[in-house]
Amino acid sequence: MTQPLNTYRSGPDETGHFGIFGGRFVAETLMPLILEVEQAYAATREDPSFQEEFDWYAKHYIGRPSPLYFAERMTEHLGGAKIYFKRDELNHTGAHKINNTLGQILLARRMGKTRIIAETGAGQHGVATATVCARFNLPCVVYMGATDIERQAPNVFRMKMLGAEVVPVTSGTGTLKDAMNDALRDWVANVESTFYIIGTAAGPHPYPAMVRDFQSIIGEEVRWQLAEYEGEGRLPDTLVASIGGGSNAIGLFHPFLDEPTVKMVGVEAAGHGIASGEHAASLNGGRPGVLHGNRTYLLQTDDGQIVDAYSISAGLDYPGIGPEHSWLHESGRVDYVAITDREALDAFQLCTRLEGIIPALEPSHALAQVIKLAPELPKDHVLVVNLCGRGDKDVFSVAKYLGVEL
Amino acid sequence: MSATLPLEGLPAQRVETRIGRRFAALRQEGRAGLVTFVTAGDPDPDTAFEILQGLPAAGADVIEIGMPFSDPMADGPAIQAAGQRALKAGMTLRRTLDMVRRFREGDAETPIVLMGYYNPIYAMGVDGFLAEAVAAGVDGLIVVDLPPEEDDELCLPAIEAGLDWIRLATPTTDERRLPKVLAQAGGFVYYVSILGITGTRSAGGDEVAAAVARLKRHTDLPIAVGFGIRTAEQAGEVARSADAAVVGSAIVDVVRRNLDEEARAKPGLAAAVHALVGELARGVRGAAEHGDPAER
Ligand SMILES: Cc1ncc(COP(=O)(O)O)c(C=O)c1O
Repeated sequence: MTQPLNTYRSGPDETGHFGIFGGRFVAETLMPLILEVEQAYAATREDPSFQEEFDWYAKHYIGRPSPLYFAERMTEHLGGAKIYFKRDELNHTGAHKINNTLGQILLARRMGKTRIIAETGAGQHGVATATVCARFNLPCVVYMGATDIERQAPNVFRMKMLGAEVVPVTSGTGTLKDAMNDALRDWVANVESTFYIIGTAAGPHPYPAMVRDFQSIIGEEVRWQLAEYEGEGRLPDTLVASIGGGSNAIGLFHPFLDEPTVKMVGVEAAGHGIASGEHAASLNGGRPGVLHGNRTYLLQTDDGQIVDAYSISAGLDYPGIGPEHSWLHESGRVDYVAITDREALDAFQLCTRLEGIIPALEPSHALAQVIKLAPELPKDHVLVVNLCGRGDKDVFSVAKYLGVEL
Repeated sequence: MSATLPLEGLPAQRVETRIGRRFAALRQEGRAGLVTFVTAGDPDPDTAFEILQGLPAAGADVIEIGMPFSDPMADGPAIQAAGQRALKAGMTLRRTLDMVRRFREGDAETPIVLMGYYNPIYAMGVDGFLAEAVAAGVDGLIVVDLPPEEDDELCLPAIEAGLDWIRLATPTTDERRLPKVLAQAGGFVYYVSILGITGTRSAGGDEVAAAVARLKRHTDLPIAVGFGIRTAEQAGEVARSADAAVVGSAIVDVVRRNLDEEARAKPGLAAAVHALVGELARGVRGAAEHGDPAER
């Protein structure tokens, strides 16, 4: 399991590991299935007709490429680095999640699967899955924690309108991690017919690599889009992205991992602060462990019981993180920091007022880190932040925080 | 400890272990065994110990003890809830090992298998866990989320420490995969007879017989069949072809049904569990004559 030292982009190895992280920690019933998905994906990614199909829907259905936008007023306001937004919030369904659900449903179709399942926390991945299921006429079952269903009523309604069945999850603590457990349980019981569309770059191999590959369109676009502003061949100096499970971040980072001049910062959710114990920062406040089919950093007790994550941002509220990030963290290639609820809310408001863009609370965490970094950096420093979701879904949470009755 | 590593050829049973001795004795008696699953610490540590202590007398031939985990992805609602009750009552992996140690003070023969998920073991540290498990009198391990592809880090030192590493086989484990699954298996093979999670449905007797016959072509280890067996009758049916029937959810359900509104054990809870185990044991023992011992 040695990675060649001159590349950070060759992982995972043939057994699905990034260093000690990743792998396929699943029950025997699932193992043959996981191997089937791996084989099918390996064959598919080599097939040019698959890439063509993906590109066609990415352009005409999702609306890619998403713009790279120079955030002039924010740049002026902070008085340092030049700030660019990668505007994945303009995608169909309002976030980067659909890049991945599109890729996976095209694979599921090629595998002849007739039923789709997914887990969701905030409902963003559930909506993105229900959307492609409607488009490709496949039945869709979304597992969602009972507490989340209450908190995210609009997304639940959206999924239902799109024809999905939303199953309330009461097992465990009734949150995202339990929704993922129940989706895995469903899969075990319906192995023949069903494809499980996992919503982030986590889970058993090949999911972390597959989700990363589908999301890498984000970073690949940034590479050529930057030329329009900065001239041919100019690389970004710093990339910043928020991290729930890590899919939007790895999508932005991965194409640049072997460019030694490009600094990368992953932003976890510090909730009420790491010291409070109420956070979702697996790397900054967790330890390595095994959950949901992979070894990675997890929030857990001394006894190895998984604890619930907390963040004002439902999309960052996951007690784990994709295994590739755990590996990039330990190898030191990427910096991982944590931003509190309060810092994220301040960034949310600043971005909204300065740029006329209402960001989701997830990328607001990345923006809060930009607010810390940019003033210290020279004016020719190119900083790209992944604006991976729009904030329409969050206006209720923000109003509540601001003490406004809607 | 002379650990014979059955890495090549047909996995052989090690008769010098408690599990090996127990299955050899069952073979002598010409009957199949009953494997009972209980969750450590459910519904509280004292009651759980009372249940455990009485299982051999009630008719359990082998005891599986579930190590509670917050995220038991292969378990159905009954065993999930049992784990939650145990965790709420303060159960930990160390206390689970303590429970085995106490049990061993009064029972030197009934094999104890710990069953659960890897993370609590990983958190405790593999070496420390194995040393304490052996010292406590544990005989075997089933770690559901460690398939052959990932289990070297626990399986090899566990075998080295003298424990039986029990592998799961399922209907999706095809001919090509079976040898890999059986390669380091010890004690017995746990055949999960359904596609799905614990306690949700059960397989028919013919299906089970065919599956057992298939496994027997690949291994000399005893075959225990479980997931979804609820009644004495079903246990008896499984016992006609398998070497043991495993019952878990049905037992755990008796625990749940004997809780008061505050989820505390009602008087007689352990006796109710033992009564069910007695019935299941009669079902297993009453199964049709169990093949010619010489052939098995
Ligand atoms: C807009 C948005 N950003 C980020 C995330 C976090 O996921 P990931 O870290 O996989 O990008 C979510 C998850 O729901 C999301 O909806």
